[in-house]
Amino acid sequence: MIKCSFIEIELFKKKITKSMKPHSALLESRDISKSFGSFIANDKINFNILEGEIHGLLGENGAGKSTFVKMVYGLLEPTMGALFWNGNPIKIRGPQEARNFGIGMVFQHFSLFPTLTVIENIELALSDTQALPELRKTIIEKSQEFGISVDPDTYIRDLSVGEQQRVEILRCLLQNPKLLIMDEPTSVLTPQESEQLFVILNKLAATGCSVLFISHKLKEVKEITQRATILRRGRVVDTVTSSEVSTEQLAKMMVGSDPQHVKPKIGTKSNDILVQISGLCRPADTPFSTPLLDINLDVKAGEIVGIAGIAGNGQSELMEALTGEWRSRDSIKVLDVLGVDIRDYSPHKRRQMGIGFLPEERNGHSAVMGMTLTENTLLTNHNNPEVQKHSIIQNDNLEKLTSNIIHDYDVRTPLQNPLASSLSGGNLQKFVVGREIIKKPSVFFVAQPTWGVDIGATKFIRNALIDLANEGCGIIVISQDLEELFELADSISVLFRGKLSERKPVKELNSQKIGLLMGGEDGASLAKEHS
Amino acid sequence: MIDALILTILMTSVPLVLAATGELVVERSGVLNLGLEGMMLMGAVSAFAFTYATGSLFIGLLAGIISGAVTAAIFGFFVLGLATNQVATGLALTIFGTGLSGLIGADFVGNAITGLPTLFPKHFGDIPFIGAFLSLDIVAYSSVIIVFLVWVFLFKTKTGLILRASGISHDSAHSLGYSVLKVRWCAVLFGGMMAGLSGAYLPLMLTPHWSEGMTSGRGWIALALVVFASWMPSRIIYGAILFGTITIMQLAGQARGWTIPPQLLSSLPYLATILVLVLISIRGSAKHAAPSNLTIPFISSK
Repeated sequence: MIKCSFIEIELFKKKITKSMKPHSALLESRDISKSFGSFIANDKINFNILEGEIHGLLGENGAGKSTFVKMVYGLLEPTMGALFWNGNPIKIRGPQEARNFGIGMVFQHFSLFPTLTVIENIELALSDTQALPELRKTIIEKSQEFGISVDPDTYIRDLSVGEQQRVEILRCLLQNPKLLIMDEPTSVLTPQESEQLFVILNKLAATGCSVLFISHKLKEVKEITQRATILRRGRVVDTVTSSEVSTEQLAKMMVGSDPQHVKPKIGTKSNDILVQISGLCRPADTPFSTPLLDINLDVKAGEIVGIAGIAGNGQSELMEALTGEWRSRDSIKVLDVLGVDIRDYSPHKRRQMGIGFLPEERNGHSAVMGMTLTENTLLTNHNNPEVQKHSIIQNDNLEKLTSNIIHDYDVRTPLQNPLASSLSGGNLQKFVVGREIIKKPSVFFVAQPTWGVDIGATKFIRNALIDLANEGCGIIVISQDLEELFELADSISVLFRGKLSERKPVKELNSQKIGLLMGGEDGASLAKEHS
Repeated sequence: MIDALILTILMTSVPLVLAATGELVVERSGVLNLGLEGMMLMGAVSAFAFTYATGSLFIGLLAGIISGAVTAAIFGFFVLGLATNQVATGLALTIFGTGLSGLIGADFVGNAITGLPTLFPKHFGDIPFIGAFLSLDIVAYSSVIIVFLVWVFLFKTKTGLILRASGISHDSAHSLGYSVLKVRWCAVLFGGMMAGLSGAYLPLMLTPHWSEGMTSGRGWIALALVVFASWMPSRIIYGAILFGTITIMQLAGQARGWTIPPQLLSSLPYLATILVLVLISIRGSAKHAAPSNLTIPFISSK
């Protein structure tokens, strides 16, 4: 009796919610699962996307967001479960079929062809062959409708990342999609460019097109989406109305526990200048690299200097100059570390002086993927007399050092001494960060310390960097992540087209101001705007 | 005299143009086939054998084209089907083609056939200045037309655009729903046919007999030509004529008893190849003109 009435109430509730929703579900995922071998990437995903809705898909790296959308776009086949399109079960066998249904996708790493022109890239995505002049006309019309300005005849490689993304979106729009999937679209954009993107997406939603917005950034999910589905370890945690939850609640659902906070820095800055760089110029090696123009910078003991900027503005060129992978006596006026002129020093010699560095790319640059962790430890510690005596490797000490790193930096390993390639991105990053920090460097140059790393590991790494600075190490952090720089740095400077902006203390900055500098607005126009 | 010299230069260039054009299409799709020499030899021996047996030059040409394609299919099976290393597989194909063609052709050594006739009447060749250009055979004229058609295909048609796109980024092409492997298979087979035709030209026209290893490095020169042309079809013709000239000058020099040692002279085309490649890489343009996914196997993850 009681049971019966319970069901009745449930049915009634459903009726109400149904009648309350004016839109019907455009796409519904019922029990979609995907496993790779014994690894379950998606476990019974259930949620739906309504017509004209901007729906967020929120989750950490490795939560299974990309796997899910790849199934919607036909790039992967679900192991189990079904997708429903306007209430009908569908099977999407490939991207071509997905597009025929009206599903468009903008990838995280763009699926553009850099050495082809904009118009050629768009032509490739269209299933019907249009005459070129006609296509050019349609492109210009569409781009005006949505406020996307782009020249059809430029090569993709000559466009900025933001512009490239707009080409991708435009390419999808020309197919008149009913559902547009955006995979981590803002990870490569300045805050201003993100705002522009949101304007475009809102315009699009107003025309009745649904958007599936994938992100791990809480604020923007709250800002742009109507509802959001949170994924954790391949499972749906919940689908929420975005305006009704706080970012803290979202974070908790995404991580599964209260996220750790980054500890505040105790300013133990002294006046000892550890690093002094002035007049560092570097000509471009290839047409695709950025020349460095008169870089001046100094770092005091205990100080963290942040260098912001969109990738491709000279970050890797600057990092190479710091590590010694590129060195020149003629192009650099001063490059002194700990009072020594290191312009001629090789990376090895720089490490011997107590400089630590960690390049951006962990696969193959800071770690060798086909080597074990012990061997990777050896690569940066071979001049440690404990590890190498009379040119013979001291395996016991090396293993002890490795297990210290693994223990101290909370590296989760599947085996005793695994290959670097078998670690997840976050764990490998903790390992390479630990490997540098455990040597107690007096100066540390690090690029993108938490790129592609989950929230837990991110906080851990940032705390480790702050500890290091508190002990008196001078640190330069090159990062695209503004939140990271605000948490870590004492002062921030922006790298734009190889030029470093005037350095400002963090207190005088906000993301809006840095965003302008990242987009090339100079300090002068900033000051004007301010007054 | 000078007319005869020009004629031989043009004829020497023809097989280079044919093989390089085929390889250009293959490389544009993202595959490097270093087995050009092997495919040419297979084409050459088949063309000779079939012409000798049937007396028909047409059947001979056809046999050359088909055997080039079959040899390319072996390469395709490994490189596209099994995603093996393209460089290693290509080198193996050259060794395979050299060996097998020698085995098949062993019985034909010393036999002669009548080669391809000129397209225009003989006396056209006596016209001053342009005589040499009017004394060529149908394959030679076709080679220029083929280069033009390949250019139209690559840069004026959607299918050509898809082929170029597969060579630039196979992941992007795949995500747009194009079958990268199908595109590459077609390209590899076309490359094989062109290499077969190029090989067939040698015993049917250039030297109307069969001898083992008669391509004598032309496959390698054609490979260098593709880089020389920075993957643009029309430039293959200039390059081929340049290499043809160097090859013939070396022969002419030997005939006239130049005092330079003949070994040095006969190494000229190869030295020129190396020189051109070095110059191109110094200029740095080759790196950017090259299809960015060249030699990278495509593995679909489904």
